[in-house]
Amino acid sequence: MNRYPVWKYIVILITLVVAAIYTLPNFFGESPAVQVSAGKATTRVDNETLSRVESALKTANVTPQRLTLEGHSVWARFDSPDIQLKAKDAIERALNPDAADPSHIVALNLVPRSPAWLAALNAKPMYLGLDLRGGVHFMLQVDMRTAITKRLDTLANDIRVALREKDVRHGGIAREGNSIEIRARDAATLEAARRVVADTVPDLQVEQPPGTEPRLVATFKPAALQKVQTDAVKQNITTLHNRVNELGVAEPVIQQQGADRVVVQLPGVQDTAKAKDILGRTATLEMRLVDESAEGHAAESGGPVPFGAEKFLQRDGRPVIVKRQVILTGESLTDAQPGFDQQTQQPKVDLTVDAKGGRVMRDTSRENLKKRMAIVLFEKGKGEVLTAPVIQAELGTRFQISGSMTTVEANDLALLLRAGSLAAPMEIIEERTIGPSLGAENISKGFHSVTWGFVAIVVFMIIYYHLFGVFSAIALSFNLLLLVAILSMLQATLTLPGIAAVALTLGMAIDANVLINERIREELRTGASPQAAIHAGYDRAWATILDSNVTSLIAGLALLAFGSGPVRGFAVVHCIGILTSMFSAVFFSRGLVNWWYGRQKKLKTVSIGTVWRPAAPGTAVADKQG
Amino acid sequence: MEFFKIGRDIPFMRYALVFNVVSILTFALAVFFLVTRGLHLSVEFTGGTVMEVSYSQPADLGQVRGTVASMGYGDVQVQNFGTARDVLIRLPVQQGKTSAQQSEQVLQALKSASPDVVLRRTEFVGPQVGQELASDGLKALAFVVIGIMIYLSMRFEWKYAVAGIIANLHDVIIIMGFFAFFQWEFSLSVLAAILAVLGYSVNESVVIFDRIRENFRRYRKMSTVEIINNSITANISRTIITHGSTQIMVLSMLLFGGETLHYFAVALTIGILFGIYSSVFVAAAIAMWLGIRREDLVKGGRKEHDASDPNSGAVV
Repeated sequence: MNRYPVWKYIVILITLVVAAIYTLPNFFGESPAVQVSAGKATTRVDNETLSRVESALKTANVTPQRLTLEGHSVWARFDSPDIQLKAKDAIERALNPDAADPSHIVALNLVPRSPAWLAALNAKPMYLGLDLRGGVHFMLQVDMRTAITKRLDTLANDIRVALREKDVRHGGIAREGNSIEIRARDAATLEAARRVVADTVPDLQVEQPPGTEPRLVATFKPAALQKVQTDAVKQNITTLHNRVNELGVAEPVIQQQGADRVVVQLPGVQDTAKAKDILGRTATLEMRLVDESAEGHAAESGGPVPFGAEKFLQRDGRPVIVKRQVILTGESLTDAQPGFDQQTQQPKVDLTVDAKGGRVMRDTSRENLKKRMAIVLFEKGKGEVLTAPVIQAELGTRFQISGSMTTVEANDLALLLRAGSLAAPMEIIEERTIGPSLGAENISKGFHSVTWGFVAIVVFMIIYYHLFGVFSAIALSFNLLLLVAILSMLQATLTLPGIAAVALTLGMAIDANVLINERIREELRTGASPQAAIHAGYDRAWATILDSNVTSLIAGLALLAFGSGPVRGFAVVHCIGILTSMFSAVFFSRGLVNWWYGRQKKLKTVSIGTVWRPAAPGTAVADKQG
Repeated sequence: MEFFKIGRDIPFMRYALVFNVVSILTFALAVFFLVTRGLHLSVEFTGGTVMEVSYSQPADLGQVRGTVASMGYGDVQVQNFGTARDVLIRLPVQQGKTSAQQSEQVLQALKSASPDVVLRRTEFVGPQVGQELASDGLKALAFVVIGIMIYLSMRFEWKYAVAGIIANLHDVIIIMGFFAFFQWEFSLSVLAAILAVLGYSVNESVVIFDRIRENFRRYRKMSTVEIINNSITANISRTIITHGSTQIMVLSMLLFGGETLHYFAVALTIGILFGIYSSVFVAAAIAMWLGIRREDLVKGGRKEHDASDPNSGAVV
C-alpha cells in the first residue's frame, strides 16, 4: 500500500537534478569584471571593440581570465579586484581618449564565476535586489498635464496656421485647460473652421457647445490622448537611457511602472547627487545653417573660425562650421521616424515639426536651397553635429533626411533626434539609496537568519520524530533547494524581505510534515498497523495541508497584487515557497517514506519517536470509537 | 519524545466564555490604543526622508539633532539604529524644496560637523506615494479577508468562514494595538508580516475545522461540543509543534536579521502567539455559537460514513 510507481520516482529524480543544476550557480560566487558598452547611441560595440580591449590589456600587461563579447558589451573577467581596477584604467584610456566626452562606458561589474556549461544552460545565480547589493532606486512621475498642454499648444498653433492658409477668418484661438477654443463671427465661418480642423488635425474631436456665441471646442480623441501619454513616457525613458549610460552603470534598470511612472535602478552607484543631476538634466537640439563662406570652409580645415560661427565636430570626427543663429530648437520637433524612401529605396528619417517651425523651415529653406543645414545636439553644455544634410527643396512641417545612411544609422539618428529632450517634466517621488556595506551586511544577516532557523528546526524534528524527523528534514532541504532553483530560474529579484520570506516559508512548510507525522502517531496510537498508519496519516493530512496552504496562498497573492517594492519581493518568494512546500512536504517526503518502509511487508515498528498510549484503557476517545 | 500525553479530551468549550471575554478585552484595549495613540507610521506611508548614517565612534545624538535642527527642520527625529554608531534621521516632507536634495544637504552639514560620517542608506517617499501605499495596504487586507471567506465557505460552510475570519481579524487588530501601544514603527514590511500572519493563522482554524468535519462523520453520537473538544485536543500537539517550528525561524530572524527585519519578526511573533490562541479558542467557540451542525457538513451522512476513507474526496 505504500509503494510509489516508478514514474513518480523518476519525476522526483528529474526535479532533483534540475533543481540542483539551477541552484549550482549560486555557489560559485562572482569574479570581478570590466564591462565595456556603448556610451553613446552612435557608438557600436562589436568584434573590433573586443580586439581594441584585448590590445589595450596587452599593452598594460594585464591578462584577463576570459574576454568575451556578449550581446552589446565586451566583458573582461579578472582574478582579483586589484587587477580589475588596473584593467579598467587601461581600457578607459584606450577607448575614451577624451575623458570629458566618453564614447564607451567602462564599468566595474561582477559576473558569476559559474563554468561555461552552466551559463550555456542559462543557469544564473539569483538576481539580488538593491538592498542586497547597494545602489540607487528612483521612482519618477511624468507630469502628464504638462505633456498634454504642451501638445495642445502645438496643435493650437497648427490650427492657426491652417486657418490662415485656407483664409478662414477666426475670432481667436486659445487653449483653455485641456481643450482648444476657436471663435468665429458667424456660423458659416465656424463651419468652415470646423472642416479645416477636422482635415488638418485628425487627433482632435470638435464640438460646438450650445450658447449665443458661435465657438468650437476641440479636445483630444481618447485614442490620441492615450498616444500622447504613452509617447511622453516612452520618450522620457529613451532620454533617461541615454543619460544613465553616461553614469557608467553596469546594469541599469529603467522601466515603466503604471501609466505615468518610471522606475530607475542603478546598482552600485553611490554618488546620488551626480545621478540625480544627470537624470534631471535637459538636453537640447538645435537646427542651424552651416557656414558655407570661404572663411567657413577654411576654418573646417584648421583656419580661424569666422565671426558669428562656431566649430562643432560631427559624429565621425570631421569638423563642421555652423552659424550661431538658431533656426529651430528641439521643442519644435514633434517626431522623427526612420523609414525608406519610396523612390530610391534608401533609408531615411522623417521629421515632423510644428506649424510655427514649418513656417520658419519653409522661409529658411527657400532662401538657402542647396546649402547645408546642421542638427546640433547639446548635452552637458557641449554640442555635437548629428547630421548636416544639403537642403534639396523647399521644406514644410514634414520633411526627410536621406542619402548615404545605413538602416542602422537612420534608426540611431531618429532615436537621437527624438531623445534630445524630455517630452514632459519629471519629478522624483521615491528615492532609495543603499550603501554597498549595508547590502553585504543585509545578505549575511538574511543568510544567518535562514541558516540558524533551519538548523534549529532540523535538530528539533530529528529529536522529536526520529527517522520521520530525518525524512521531514530532507524534505525541508529539498524545499529550500527547489525554492532557490526556481528563484534563480525566474531571475526574480531577491531582496531582504525576500530572504525573510524564505525563512518564514520554511518555518511554515514544516507544518505539513508535522501534520503528517502527528497523524501517523495518532493512527499508531489507536492501534493501526505501521503500514496502514503511514498510509492513513498521509491521506488524511493531505486535505488539511491543501486547505491551509490555499489560505496562505490567498494572502500571498494579495500581497503580490497590491504590494509594491519590498512587499512584492516578499510576496513572490512567499507564493513560490508555498507551492514548492506542497510538492516537497507531501509528494517528495512520501517518496522517501515509501522507499524506506514501503518494501517491508512485515513491518513491525516505525521510527517516529514516542507513540504514547493512554495508560488506562477506556478513555473518552477509545470509548466513543466503535 | 512526546510532549503531550493527554488521556481524555480537554473540555475547552466549557471555558469558551472566559476565552472570549479575554479576547474581547484584549481587542478593546488594542482598539483603544490604536485610537488614542495611533500608529507610528514609517516614511513609506507618511512621505518624507529617512537617512541612516554611520559614525566610526558612538554617535553624539544631541549634536546630530542640533545640526539637523539648525537647518530649519521642525519635526526631526534622531535615534540610534541597531548600534550606538548608527543613527537614523527622519525628516518631514518640506514644501517648496525639492525633497530629493534634502538628504544631500543634511549629509553635507553632518560632514562639516564630524567628517567621519558615512551615509549608509537614504529613503525618500513623496506624499502621494505614501497615500497610495496606505490604500493599497487596505485593499490587500480586504482581498485576503474576502478571498479566505469565499474559500472557507466553499470548503466548509459560511459559519466556519465567519468564525475563522473574526478570530483572525482580531489578531490583526491586536498586532496593530501592540504597535500603537509601544509606538513601534509600522512599515511596509510589518504590513506584509500582518497579512502573512492572517493567511497563516487561518491555517490553524482550518486544521481544527477539518478535524471537526471529520469527527462529525466518524463519531455520530457525540454532541457538537464534544466534537469540538475532541478536535482541539487531538490537534493540540500539532498546533504547538508547528507554531513552535515557525517561531524558531522567526526567532532566528529576530536574533540575526538585524534592525531591518526586527519589527517584521516582532509582528510575526505576536501574530503567531495570538494566532494560536484565537484559532484554537476563539474561532471554535464562535463557530459553536453560530450553531454548526453535523447536517451542514455531512451531506447524505450515511453514505459518507460507510466509505472506508472519510476523506475519499481528497486527492493525493
